[in-house]
Amino acid sequence: MIEGKKEREAKHKHIVGILVEDQPGVLAKLSGLFSRRGFNIETIIVGKTAKPGVSHIVISLLGGDRTLEQLEKQLNKLVDVIKIIDLSPERSVVREHCLVKVASNPKARADLINISKLHKTSALDIGKDYMIIEVIGKPQKIDNFLDLMRKYGIKEVSRTGINAMQRSGQNNHK
Amino acid sequence: MQGSEAIIKALVAHGTKHVFGFPGGAVLPLYDEFLAHKEIEHILVRHEQGAAHAADAYARVSGKAGICIATSGPGATNLVTGIMTAFMDSSPVIAFAGQVPLSLIGNDAFQESDMMGITLPITKHNYQIRDQNEITAIIKNAFKVALEGRPGPVYIDLPKDIQSAEVRKEVKEIEIRGFKPVTKGHPRQIKTAAEMILNAERPVLVGGGGVLLSNASRELQKLAGILNIPVATTFMGKSCFPEAHPLALGVLGMHGRKVANYAISNADLLVVVGCRFSDRITGNIETFAEKAKIIHIDIDSAEIGKNVPVELPIVGDAKNVLQQLIETVKKVARKGETAWSKKMRRFIKECNCNIDVKGTPIDPRKLVFELQKVLKEDDIVTTGVGQQQMFAAHFIKRTKPRTIVSSGGAGTMGFGLPASIGAKVAKPESEVFNFDGDGSFAMTQQELATAKVEGIKTISVIMNNAYLGMVRQWAELFFDRRYSEVYLSRVPDFAKIAEAHGLKGMHVERPAEIGAALREAIKSDEASVLDVIVKEETNILPMFPAGGNIADMFGGCIKVKGKFF
Repeated sequence: MIEGKKEREAKHKHIVGILVEDQPGVLAKLSGLFSRRGFNIETIIVGKTAKPGVSHIVISLLGGDRTLEQLEKQLNKLVDVIKIIDLSPERSVVREHCLVKVASNPKARADLINISKLHKTSALDIGKDYMIIEVIGKPQKIDNFLDLMRKYGIKEVSRTGINAMQRSGQNNHK
Repeated sequence: MQGSEAIIKALVAHGTKHVFGFPGGAVLPLYDEFLAHKEIEHILVRHEQGAAHAADAYARVSGKAGICIATSGPGATNLVTGIMTAFMDSSPVIAFAGQVPLSLIGNDAFQESDMMGITLPITKHNYQIRDQNEITAIIKNAFKVALEGRPGPVYIDLPKDIQSAEVRKEVKEIEIRGFKPVTKGHPRQIKTAAEMILNAERPVLVGGGGVLLSNASRELQKLAGILNIPVATTFMGKSCFPEAHPLALGVLGMHGRKVANYAISNADLLVVVGCRFSDRITGNIETFAEKAKIIHIDIDSAEIGKNVPVELPIVGDAKNVLQQLIETVKKVARKGETAWSKKMRRFIKECNCNIDVKGTPIDPRKLVFELQKVLKEDDIVTTGVGQQQMFAAHFIKRTKPRTIVSSGGAGTMGFGLPASIGAKVAKPESEVFNFDGDGSFAMTQQELATAKVEGIKTISVIMNNAYLGMVRQWAELFFDRRYSEVYLSRVPDFAKIAEAHGLKGMHVERPAEIGAALREAIKSDEASVLDVIVKEETNILPMFPAGGNIADMFGGCIKVKGKFF
């Protein structure tokens, strides 16, 4: 493979918040931009804000500082993008939500419930050979919990992707 | 009031006098309304691509938005090449296309295509009007988005039922929260820039397409004049600085003038205005202007640092920033001749080689030479894409802004003829020459019918070398002269094509005939086509290969190698 300049940069994880017009097709505009400019998005979540007509998108991506700068500038050029918010972990609260379906026979069940309590997760559903557990926390906490579950047998995982909010300011309401 | 009337009223309210279009089922209500509104002149093209290119050239020549209209499905997709061309060259085109009725969208209805998806990556913004009450506000915003900041095309999708629906509660205004272009340069950056410019020993100004777009030619000349700084332009910036000026280096880049490229390579400071550092300008980025610090002035902050790292970014409108710079440096000093400016003036003179090349078959440079002789400064030259375009870039001299119109970023063959039509409509008092190639011209030659029927006089000068000349040149230079599918066999006979349209067509085979044919075309009231038979295998030189160093140009007439300073 021929390396582009994006591949040569020192990469780290970035989290960016984007306030957009709540219009049909806005997500397509964003994802089109990511793919045609070669930005590698790891997670993306979309939801409403307190202000009608404005949606909030949080993306996380792996890339160098120049890539991030280009991404922010290119996003700003989209007419439907109202504002870009820096959600770097040093200045933000970062959380993720995860549902995991673990194999559990009656023997393992007590064990799983204990581990689950200890990690402040909740068991949402219990079947005869499985259990669905909800984990909320920093992405690392979810990784760790999933590691613990591995030996019981993970049947399914569904993660929301990273959500974050700046510790100060009121970007959503401006 | 019906939706279609609201559309036309909104266009008129924004000063639209001409639209280029081609009707069809999904725009019938809109076209019906044109019958009742004579304030707008509709120019009927023969292919929607022609409408988009004509609107594009109209915008580039006039500075106003260019409007084109097509029907849904294939009509709309035929606009795509033209919209992309306008997008690459930042041209304010507003393209309308019909769409199937709202209730049918998504059902694969007859002549339905997802134009919102298709135009997404090639427009500055696009709108689908889903409520007839919002027509006025959306069109208002489309003009704002297309023209303000860095200009660019806007696409508007018009579902058929919206056009015939009754507008009852007209929405006059929809706020665009996400669109606030920065227009003034930051004062601190301006101050630093002024210091850098005054302290530079070997400065060069580079004018890009942005100088034309912001009408900043006078400011650029003034700044160059006060400080005695030589000025190169990009191909898109050609005509933003008078090319007969003693400080004009001409066009830089792959097929630019050696003096311009060598000046860039030896400069210690580049002041680059409204340019996006395309690969056709920089060549190898590592060696581009390696001795120079770069001040980059652009209205689009995303262009700054995208391709080339810069020392000092200034985000703002070229005209404002140059004015601010002039105010700041004026207070400090005028700069007389420096060793650098003297040297550059000398090289600029030396780099003007003789292009009055004798002999039959005609040398392309001779054709340019003869064309230049009849060109008045207000005349407009449009081009196709390929060798002929680069002959124009390199040799034709333009002295007034917006007098050359060409597809730079996209490199769209077939641009020339429809562009000449758009240019002529925008500036009927100017003579418009379409300097085209045989390959390029054939792609949109059906627009001769438009020129004939609408009475739009443009003069197509076809540099006919029987080849796809630029592809052939690259095959010769970089693929051991292995010619694959590049010979066009001098088919068709372009003079007869013109005659079939009821227009004047002329064959020109000898150098002595060129001038007479041009004069005859100029005298005529109608469009005409000059089929000029030139040498089959000539190259446009000098050049550097893709990704090569701009200081290592080969060919052309200055014999000195790149580092002659």
